[in-house]
Amino acid sequence: MTAYLNPGLPNPAPAPDGLDAPYWEAVAEERLVMQRCRACGAWQWGPEWICHNCHSEDLVFEEIPLTGRIYSYERVWHPVHPALNEQGPYIVVLVEFPEHNGARMVGNLVGDPRQEVSIGATVQAVFEHHRDDDPPHTLVQWQVVAS
Amino acid sequence: MNRTLRGATAIVGVGETTYYKRGQSPDAEFKLALKAILAACEDAGISPKEVDGFASFSNDRSDPSRLANALGIHDLRFSNMQWGGGGGGGSAAVAHAAAAVATGLAECVVVFRALAQGQFGRFGQGPRSNVVSGGGAFTVPYGLMSPAQSFAMKVQRFMHDHGVEQSALRAISLASYHHAQANPRAVMYGRPLDEAKYDASRWIVEPFHLFDCCQENDGAAAMIVVPAERAKDFDHPPVYVLSAVTGSHYRAGASVHNTPDYATSNFKTCVPRLYDMAGCGPDDVDVLQCYENFTGGVLMSIVEHGFCEPDECNEFLTTENLLAPDGKLPTNTSGGNLAECYMHGLELNIEAVRQIRRTSPNQVEDVDVSLVVSGPMVTPVSSSVYGSEATV
Repeated sequence: MTAYLNPGLPNPAPAPDGLDAPYWEAVAEERLVMQRCRACGAWQWGPEWICHNCHSEDLVFEEIPLTGRIYSYERVWHPVHPALNEQGPYIVVLVEFPEHNGARMVGNLVGDPRQEVSIGATVQAVFEHHRDDDPPHTLVQWQVVAS
Repeated sequence: MNRTLRGATAIVGVGETTYYKRGQSPDAEFKLALKAILAACEDAGISPKEVDGFASFSNDRSDPSRLANALGIHDLRFSNMQWGGGGGGGSAAVAHAAAAVATGLAECVVVFRALAQGQFGRFGQGPRSNVVSGGGAFTVPYGLMSPAQSFAMKVQRFMHDHGVEQSALRAISLASYHHAQANPRAVMYGRPLDEAKYDASRWIVEPFHLFDCCQENDGAAAMIVVPAERAKDFDHPPVYVLSAVTGSHYRAGASVHNTPDYATSNFKTCVPRLYDMAGCGPDDVDVLQCYENFTGGVLMSIVEHGFCEPDECNEFLTTENLLAPDGKLPTNTSGGNLAECYMHGLELNIEAVRQIRRTSPNQVEDVDVSLVVSGPMVTPVSSSVYGSEATV
């Protein structure tokens, strides 16, 4: 897909300590992963070094389905970064994964930036690759699934 | 041993610099801090050399050792910083100062905050680096990077869950601007706001219009905390610290907006401790100062401090109910962060003190209990309750 936002925002880079590297590798291959504890089975996001539930260090990044539902959203109008000065309004969504301890991820809602947004609507992941950026990376955007 | 701060300490001096729009201060930030501290000492009628401790928050840059040096303090005993950003530490700094004084670590502690955004950069802007890693890597590239953007997401969900209308946010903004018109110190003095102007103002990020967002300012504020037994030795009627608490709920700091209880101002675990220590409840509160980073934080804080039920916000949050002197819950009676000054909410603690001294520009009648909410939606947050002589 073409980029949702104008170019020029900071590019995401894997954390220097290696904590989230498996996530960035997965999304480059159009897989969505979330951290899961092998000891107690709890899911968590964002990445941590230990399980928040049982404190085990035995965590893996496990693949999850490419659908979630809108937990909250916002339409941004005022640019707080020069790259967005000519952007106009855009929509940020907080997507919840009810089957995964209700963990959530952030992305943009593709389509008309003035569209009406329904909390609870089902959305599907859309991978937005930036393979020529430094560093190369993939963003995960969301599209409403027709009900 | 009865472990409580209730009535153990008192605020005996308050001081503020002139409040400026961001970037307009003629003084450097450190000098602003000194001026506010000197003003507070003068208000109390004590020598600044008697101060023996400092408490602040939000990574204040005015280091206590440098302050002690500049003021010629003989015996620095206490220097304290509350971790966490925004104004979440405004009442926590009071708690720490009071705890130090109550336990004999220090005798005369200054709570202060100094800010010169012109000198050191603004809060409401996104990062200018080329790359972002850590938690920000999962939000910034999607254009989610400022405080307004981080908190609008919470408020949107709260309004959705409880059917809250825009008029509730508007009432909070109108009350602050109304009160500022009687306060010559307020940066928005002489700049009234009405419903039409609010409605016509541009969106920053839905559900926040321009007038739902705090200012960015330069200035400094300071308060002096001493043991209760000394409280009557000063010029002003003593204002007792009845309670001051800080904290956050389960995984409030979870990254990428993953706090399980999400649509909250983060006070649910603090409020029972706050009222328990104060020995009072919401019905006893005569006047409220509630930190407005954004009006949505005030909305949720008012609910979480027990002033109305979540599903009553539209009826309770009317401008009339929030105005001094006769509203049900006079709120932000100096103009607050929206219209007096964004001094990270320390100015709200000072206004709470003024209400008990009977010197507010929008005085509520017979104030005995005065409550301050500091920094909703950040983590950790804090709240404080002040009381008149009649309460101790």
